[in-house]
Amino acid sequence: MVENDRWGNLLAHLILILGVAVVVFPVYVAIIASTHEGGTFLRGVMPLLPGGHGWENYSTVISEGRSNAGTPPIGGMLWNSFVMAMMIAVGKIAISLLSAFAIVYFRFRFRLFFFWVIFLTLMLPVEVRIVPTFEVVASLGMLNTYAGLSIPLIASATATFLFRQFFMTVPEEMLEAARVDGAGPMKFFKDILVPLSVTNIAAMFVIMFIYGWNQYLWPLLITTDDSYYTIVMGIQRMVTGADSEPLWHLVMATVVMAALPPILVILFMQRLFVKGLTETEK
Amino acid sequence: MARIVMDGLSKVYPGGVKAVTGIDLDIADGEMIVLVGPSGCGKSTLLRMVAGLETITEGTLSIGDRVVNTLEPAQRDIAMVFQNYALYPHMTVYGNLAYGLKNQGLPKDEIDRRVQEAAAMLQIAPFLDRKPRALSGGQRQRVAMGRALVREPSAFLFDEPLSNLDAKLRVQMRVEIRQLQRRLGTTSLYVTHDQLEALTLADRLVVLNGGMIEQVGTPMEVFNRPATVFVAGFIGSPAMNMLDADWLRARGGMPEGLPGGTTLVGVRPDDLRMEPVEGPSLTLTGQVALLEPAGAESHVYVALDDIAEPLTLRVPGLPTVLEGAAITLHAPLAALHPFDKASGRRLS
Repeated sequence: MVENDRWGNLLAHLILILGVAVVVFPVYVAIIASTHEGGTFLRGVMPLLPGGHGWENYSTVISEGRSNAGTPPIGGMLWNSFVMAMMIAVGKIAISLLSAFAIVYFRFRFRLFFFWVIFLTLMLPVEVRIVPTFEVVASLGMLNTYAGLSIPLIASATATFLFRQFFMTVPEEMLEAARVDGAGPMKFFKDILVPLSVTNIAAMFVIMFIYGWNQYLWPLLITTDDSYYTIVMGIQRMVTGADSEPLWHLVMATVVMAALPPILVILFMQRLFVKGLTETEK
Repeated sequence: MARIVMDGLSKVYPGGVKAVTGIDLDIADGEMIVLVGPSGCGKSTLLRMVAGLETITEGTLSIGDRVVNTLEPAQRDIAMVFQNYALYPHMTVYGNLAYGLKNQGLPKDEIDRRVQEAAAMLQIAPFLDRKPRALSGGQRQRVAMGRALVREPSAFLFDEPLSNLDAKLRVQMRVEIRQLQRRLGTTSLYVTHDQLEALTLADRLVVLNGGMIEQVGTPMEVFNRPATVFVAGFIGSPAMNMLDADWLRARGGMPEGLPGGTTLVGVRPDDLRMEPVEGPSLTLTGQVALLEPAGAESHVYVALDDIAEPLTLRVPGLPTVLEGAAITLHAPLAALHPFDKASGRRLS
């Protein structure tokens, strides 16, 4: 422990408060802006106190969207984002658990080779391989589908690595004890490995859900049908309305709505999430 | 309840390393066999081969008159206690005990009966719904034993089960394991590097070195008549003193009556006396190099001329000599162990 020093304490708090202010202020502005009417922002001065149009703005984005600019009501977009984020998070975890299980516990030919192939995918995020990936998805007829939105993003190695690292810390005797107890490989996986990984799975779920939720470029590319728009790309469409000034009050209301689900996910999984990042249960 | 027969068991690792070579051993039903040896002698590998966790390169292994070479561990009707216990951390004690039985597809009430019975026997009944994390080292050890017990196997395999416990608990658990094994009469194979554990637990002791059996026998046989120089040095603490026969002859300290061809003479630290003994005996003179009082007994290290390794002598209570003093030691003929230096084998 550092010694209790009054000025040091004060300085530390000052720096932390400053840091929090820098992060929180834009969020505050967004919330405030979503409660004013459209004209307010054209005057060039951002209000810092709540206005009286919050209810009106939120009901507009939820029920109408901005139909004349081709933006549907946000309910559907939120649902699409949710489905996409869930599919990415669950898909990634399922595949990563299995592939990490294979890499750590099975001695097959070219094991190391496959490990490095998986490793390579780390260097190829969607943005890098976006043109060929688009071609593949388009040829498979997966444009404007949930599968097209999520599958290309599921293939990645981050989670595989995390689970591999974790599995390697599980003592080998655990596997041997399970074998003596009559558990085959999949039974061992289901009864012992997965329950032991629960906190890691939770941490991965939160990270991957937010990763999926925040996808922007990919959904923008492969969806042309507005019933498959996701909320993050919806924000962009709302800003670039065809022939009018940006409706900032509605954009900000959408932004706030878009930020809610990830926050809820973190709140619900906070306990497990923090545990998964800081300790391994053994 | 089963007899375990090993016939020429060998294990060669893919790299060509020979871990275990040509082990022949016949373990009677209900016998407690202790495998003992230094690190890397192959004792754990041999145990794991019996368990089915290591493949058998050569030879046949049968448990209860059934060749089990290619059977999975679960099908061999054995139970194993691991060094680090290997309890499932996310299951309760009850879950840990019941898991193997569930996998066997036993009915619920039968599982419950066995778990309760084992828990009562090991005094872990109050902890049945706790997680292993909430248990002390000794309690975890009991749970690990319980997991083996509930299976009602034909053989128990112990892989250094007491090495993670503190000294006091180790003695206590050692006694309990012995009592339990006697009561159940289950054939047991126990691996340890602790010779005290080996001597106290075993019906028969198997001393391994370099993947081969050095000697098989009851603890007293092994202690009183070690078959090789290695066994003589490994069993007994402090280790047996080894003296070169030529060196002894040159100094006139070599007694008559040892078998011809003796090139190495062993004598235990307890068998050396400071007062002369009757009959033919070994006589040595040297200088006290170091005194080591150890409570009820003391170790006296005696430096002999032109021999680097000092002789060890064990005396009860406090030593009556001073460091630096000249000392004469005697040992009766009967207490000497004659060996052949080249083969390392005992003569006579």
